[in-house]
Amino acid sequence: MKFRPLLAALALSSGILTSTQAYSATEIQWWHAMGGALGETVNEMAENYNASQSDVVIVPTYKGGYEDTMTAGIAAFRAKEQPHIIQIFDAGAATIINAPGATVPVADLMKDFNIEDYISGVRYFYADSDGKMIGLPFNSSTPLLYFNKEAFKEAGIDAPPKTWEEFEAIAPKLKEAGYIALAQSHSPWIFSENFHSRHNIQLATGNNGYDSTDVKLLYNNDHMKMHWGKVKSWLDAGYYGFYGRAWGDNQDAFVQKKVAMWLGSSGSFGGLTKSAEFEFGTTFLPYWESIIKEPKGTFIGGAALFAMSGHSDEENKAIADFFGYMTSSDNQVFWHKETGYVPITTAAYDAAKKEGYYDSTPDAEVGILQLSQPGGEWTKGYRLGYYVQIRDVMYKHFDDIFSGSASVDDAFAAMEKESNELLVRFSDTYK
Amino acid sequence: MKRVQFERSSIPFLFVAPQIIIILVFFIWPAAQAIYQSFLLEDAWGLSSQFVWFRNYKDTIFSESWLQAAGFTIVFSTLVTFLSLALALLLAVKANEVIRGASTYKTTLMWAYAIAPPVAGLMGNLMFHPLIGDLYKFLNAIGWDFNHKLDSFDAGFVVVLISVWKQVSVNFIFFLSGLQGIPKSVLEASMMDCKSSFRRFWTITFPLLAPTTFFLMVINITYAFFETFGIIDTTTRGAPGGATNTLVYKVFQDGFRGADLGGSSAQSVVLMLMVLALTIVQFRFIERKVHY
Repeated sequence: MKFRPLLAALALSSGILTSTQAYSATEIQWWHAMGGALGETVNEMAENYNASQSDVVIVPTYKGGYEDTMTAGIAAFRAKEQPHIIQIFDAGAATIINAPGATVPVADLMKDFNIEDYISGVRYFYADSDGKMIGLPFNSSTPLLYFNKEAFKEAGIDAPPKTWEEFEAIAPKLKEAGYIALAQSHSPWIFSENFHSRHNIQLATGNNGYDSTDVKLLYNNDHMKMHWGKVKSWLDAGYYGFYGRAWGDNQDAFVQKKVAMWLGSSGSFGGLTKSAEFEFGTTFLPYWESIIKEPKGTFIGGAALFAMSGHSDEENKAIADFFGYMTSSDNQVFWHKETGYVPITTAAYDAAKKEGYYDSTPDAEVGILQLSQPGGEWTKGYRLGYYVQIRDVMYKHFDDIFSGSASVDDAFAAMEKESNELLVRFSDTYK
Repeated sequence: MKRVQFERSSIPFLFVAPQIIIILVFFIWPAAQAIYQSFLLEDAWGLSSQFVWFRNYKDTIFSESWLQAAGFTIVFSTLVTFLSLALALLLAVKANEVIRGASTYKTTLMWAYAIAPPVAGLMGNLMFHPLIGDLYKFLNAIGWDFNHKLDSFDAGFVVVLISVWKQVSVNFIFFLSGLQGIPKSVLEASMMDCKSSFRRFWTITFPLLAPTTFFLMVINITYAFFETFGIIDTTTRGAPGGATNTLVYKVFQDGFRGADLGGSSAQSVVLMLMVLALTIVQFRFIERKVHY
């Protein structure tokens, strides 16, 4: 009798029980990482699709956070039980794209695929070095500055800062009004990756890692060190709040009016309109005028949908059909309005504009405008292996800078060394 | 001479079979897989792989982050094991002496027994939250410039405190039953010989508790090494600066979050060897001092 619960647990965990439902239509498994309100929107879109036709049934399954979803997909692929569609996040892109044979490129899968249909900021992030799109950018966001309008009024400030120089001028006023001027929720993404894009600085050799896996990280540069030296001085002066690495803890500090400005994702907009009990605005990610006079755009964060290999032609056709549905203007506008993620096609962006959505909610457009700012040589993104670990390495050394246990120079030197060791391992593994 | 011959029967094998199968499926097989994987450089999807001998060991074990995690794991495990045993023993001895309302004390002290480590971690996380945490505010109010998000000592304090708190009630139950198993006659005889209750404890009670203490020590070291994973994951996640990263958590980070199977397998093999060595030391050298 001892075995029965064990067997039941085994059966459950391997999905035997869940996959025996009989459908005459093609069933497409979609593993995603969208929890909470985002997950509900995902389910709604899947239901709408299922109701719209009878040949394909999409089964969305929430697999936990981004890393959990990727790990679940990897384990399933190794057991040859992979889902048809999996959502993989920006830092994991190299892991799936550099393993040819794990995925079917979107550009091959979809008929009449034209990369020009997509807005410029999202085109090449999930593409290979030839510019062929591999993953379909699904939830695309970009870092924005959120500011508390009431706090600004109390401190007597008219406009949010465009540059970090302006930030330094207004931060003492906000401190006087009882606020910590700034917090942010993802230092590798906002203060490192997009910092390079905004200032048009190369972040890795080999065309930011797109051309090869045999690359070196270039974070240990004077501009980054200058910026982080400043951030540390802001922290010491009480202009910058650090509430740990967790995204939500820093966002909460903004919602609870401890900090007057918060750097987060354009995708946070929908949630903030519900949780913040004050009027807030959004604006572009500030830049250093001392580094660049005409700042460039940022690139996307978030995640993409990948069609996993090893499925029949019929199933691949069904995936393509679903991808077509998801990228249609109506659905993109729906997704954009529900979540705050940017619409990925120009057609959807135009549709939202035509609808007058940005006249009533101008803040929702800021992310797209920032992504559509003039691109430079180094604004399309990065493709770096073991980047999940590299982000951990970065966090580790940023912690050390903040706590004062390492100087900025030492922290960046150590970061460069440890990251490059990881890149060598990745390059040797994914030859 | 006649050799003693037992009739061979398959029934005993049948009885031990469930246990053997469980060990084979859940320990031997995964352990063998880990050893095999630790010699390979393989992409996450298993599409290409190459045999690299000890490269994974060299890359991970000599890395600064692994050495840092190893150092913290040793300090952390020692502190958690010692503190949770010492506190539980003190509480058990005191609760054992109480006459009025004894069961109330005992129940209250056993209270936290059923709490799983991740739950303990989540509760601790709330109490130490910089914006809403009562303990966070309290510690700052009494003049300790406490910030576990930045200060590695404070972060270590948080994870040790939560881990000890969670484990004390388990140890308490065992110590209490151990104390109650000591024959009354021995204690009464010792009372006639020695006036000091402190000396009586160390010369009579504590040696008689040795089997319990030894058992708990083995259990607690394993707890501190492995089970505290749930506490680390729900509180500091190894931050700040990797100061509270344990070896098990690093295996998880590299293997499950980072998709580096070879490196993470190599680390888990080393961890397995470390625990094996520790267990051998415990049973060969410390158990000799234990009288059952």
